[in-house]
Amino acid sequence: MRAQRQIKLARALRKSLELRRVRDRTRAIRPGMILAFTTLRNEAVRLPYFLQYYRDLGVGHFLMVDNGSDDGSDTFLAEQPDVSLWSSGASYRRSGFGVDWLNHLQWRYGAGHWTLVVDVDEFLVYPFCESRPLQALTGWLDEAGRRSFSAMLLDMYPKGPLTAQPYVAGQNPFEIARFFDAGNLTIRRNPRYRNLWIQGGVRARAFFADRPHAAPALNKTPLVRWTRKYAYVSSTHMLLPRGLNRVYDEGGGELASGVLLHAKFLDTLLPKAREEIDRREHYGGGREYDAYGEGLERAADLWCPWSTEYINWRQLEILGLMSKGDWA
Amino acid sequence: MSAQNGRLGIVMLCHTALERAAQVARFWASAGCPVVIHLDRAVPAAEAAALRRALGDVDAVRFLQRHRCRWGSWGLVAATQDACARMLRDFPQVGHVCLTSGACLPLRPVAEMVAWLAARPETDFIESVAVADLAWTVGGLSDERFTLWFPFDWRRQRWLFDRCVDVQRRLRIAREVPRPLQPHLGSQWWCLTRATLEAILHDPKRRRYERFFRHVWIPDEAYFQTLARLHSARIESRSLTLSKFDRNGRPHLFYDDHLQLLRRSDCFLARKIWPQAERLYDFFLTGKAAQATPVDPQPGRIQQHFARAERQREHGRAGLYMQSRFPRDALERGRTAAPYSVLWGPSALYPEFARWLSDAAALRVHGHLYARDRVQFADEAQVYNGALSDSAALRDYNPRMFLTNLIWNTRGERQCFQYGPFDATDGALECFIATDPNAHVAVISGAWALGLAGLDPAQEAVRHQLATAQKAELALIDRLRSPQARAQVQIWSLAEYLEAPDENLAQVFGMIAPLRRPPASPVMVPLEGFGGFVARARDAGLPLVTLGDYPVDSVPGPVDWRATE
Repeated sequence: MRAQRQIKLARALRKSLELRRVRDRTRAIRPGMILAFTTLRNEAVRLPYFLQYYRDLGVGHFLMVDNGSDDGSDTFLAEQPDVSLWSSGASYRRSGFGVDWLNHLQWRYGAGHWTLVVDVDEFLVYPFCESRPLQALTGWLDEAGRRSFSAMLLDMYPKGPLTAQPYVAGQNPFEIARFFDAGNLTIRRNPRYRNLWIQGGVRARAFFADRPHAAPALNKTPLVRWTRKYAYVSSTHMLLPRGLNRVYDEGGGELASGVLLHAKFLDTLLPKAREEIDRREHYGGGREYDAYGEGLERAADLWCPWSTEYINWRQLEILGLMSKGDWA
Repeated sequence: MSAQNGRLGIVMLCHTALERAAQVARFWASAGCPVVIHLDRAVPAAEAAALRRALGDVDAVRFLQRHRCRWGSWGLVAATQDACARMLRDFPQVGHVCLTSGACLPLRPVAEMVAWLAARPETDFIESVAVADLAWTVGGLSDERFTLWFPFDWRRQRWLFDRCVDVQRRLRIAREVPRPLQPHLGSQWWCLTRATLEAILHDPKRRRYERFFRHVWIPDEAYFQTLARLHSARIESRSLTLSKFDRNGRPHLFYDDHLQLLRRSDCFLARKIWPQAERLYDFFLTGKAAQATPVDPQPGRIQQHFARAERQREHGRAGLYMQSRFPRDALERGRTAAPYSVLWGPSALYPEFARWLSDAAALRVHGHLYARDRVQFADEAQVYNGALSDSAALRDYNPRMFLTNLIWNTRGERQCFQYGPFDATDGALECFIATDPNAHVAVISGAWALGLAGLDPAQEAVRHQLATAQKAELALIDRLRSPQARAQVQIWSLAEYLEAPDENLAQVFGMIAPLRRPPASPVMVPLEGFGGFVARARDAGLPLVTLGDYPVDSVPGPVDWRATE
């Protein structure tokens, strides 16, 4: 495991050669700031709301890698006062789906900070997030001696066909994608990395009902108090050293946890799915996007009579999708 | 005692969030309460100077020489002693001294607190509990706090700390408590009278006591608590400061969203406040608290709020499997969220059983949830509560979580489903159900064979089907009868069951809906000729043992039983 971690870190260093500095504002990083790390490609329409959402939560600086956007994402980001931007024209797939690039940036800038690794369609919800900023959470995690905080992906979707409600820049995506599957997850332990492997949700129900093993993983540990010894292994699903993956209690109790609301299923997905099917740059040879391409044309509506409409974190906690643990 | 003499003095021990400390100190001073501030020596000189500057214009504030105040160290007591001595010397009108920290916040108008204390001029408010009668939480130590030596830090050198305690226990080391002290413990935040404090500070044996307390573990929870018992005229053993501790002995923080909770406290102060809780500081320090419509104190609600959080951390919600709660298999209690019934056999004996039960018990009753082709949810639903899919592949990917999900999603409504040997049976699932105290399993063994009675057991395919089904049934019964089983189990062989079918059905019904009266039994499948089928199976070399002692028709030789009807 230690060897694997070191290989991962060495790889991150090698892959960092692919990164070109576009706008470096990392001097503005202050001790104790919460830092967000993101890779993206052609997400211009999503960026304004994404940045606003995390600024409001208390993220101090965004470190972003642009993987060859041609829709103006890069110029938009370069203008933001709290964004440092790198670009890479190299292969997303061969950089471990962006993990190597971000591992490097985290190694370089994240040590000693709480770091949040999220995609631009992932929105963190944690206990008391409407009244307590992220600093309250990280302060409490520090006090409790915890180094990592889990937030499972929760796929959100609209009612009716995706194209029926176009998303416009700056809009809260969950005005459109208001629904989710509340109770169809499967969980098993991954003995190798000691994390929980969670699958299910609407993606398993609608696209992988005939081959559930291929359904995408939903477990994520996006918030970590970083040191130079840490590395993400596969997306933010797993970390090394393995102790960071122990974000669950095995004796029946509940640890505090959050949810990443996933705003993937908007009208913006369809052109993306088409592009990705050709590019083959995504996990599992893009089989996920193949499934969406098929599934979304076949069954236009992801909504079902037992879909749950999103209200707030308390609702997610009551449903058992997240927990406030002993953070009262 | 004159009113002049009844004033309140505030001692503040600060180490972080000094802007907040300054804000609170100013608040006390402007309400006429002198403040003595002790700053931890670890605070950088620049920050300390900034605090002095910030309070430069306030007369009734004093700063002390600084001690190093680690958690649970003697420094905290020394700092408190110095601060109290200074307070008593510089402010002769002070009648009560209240010990606070920089993260404390007054919850009620100062005038109210001063008046309240003035009406109780000789009472000391200090939580002080005799160690002999107390199971103190942190570390599990109570009287040993006084009698052992603690050279290691509990927070940073836990392993050494524990070993050191072990060794001393084995060697029966016990320090002697100086007479006439009676060891007492309690919250470190107290409010003592001038008379008591003076007696403690000028006690002729103070040096002797200090030598002893320097080596007591967490002396700030013991020194004043013990000595007050010696010198006080009248003790109310409670703290005027609200503070809640988690299971590791760390204080819970109060945030903006606790405002309504704090307003309902019956305490005068609260600790610890999160430094960035703008709304709390704004509300309690700017007079808004005085203007707001008063609310009745309900300290029980605060108690409940934090007790619930501790329970959730410790025990969690039964039957919930999620990203931050994933109990080990060995955990026996709380495997599922609610009671449910698994019915093996009744629906083979009574074709309309599901509908009958649904009407009689006012429940949605499922068909065979584990049927091989698809999940037979009640009312033929394609998705069910929580967006559970009827896909057999999804269910078989994790049969056990399919069940726990269903039970969790439908909390409050009892789930009943049919289960039989022709379903996608799963040994691990059956073990799970058998060992789950929430499960009720009713078995009429062999009843499934009624559905095959039209076939010829001499045929290899039929024989094979019978053999497999019977094996599956025997395995289930074994699991239900194993010593580890915790489910509520009712097992009849078909023969036993048929001796008194209505009574037995009423028993099954009683487990599912105990408060309802069982209605008339539904219609049974015709049993004529079934005995012949059983006999032919036996003669084909496959005795159907799980049927029990079923009366075999005494028909000589193989006969088509349908012909005899």
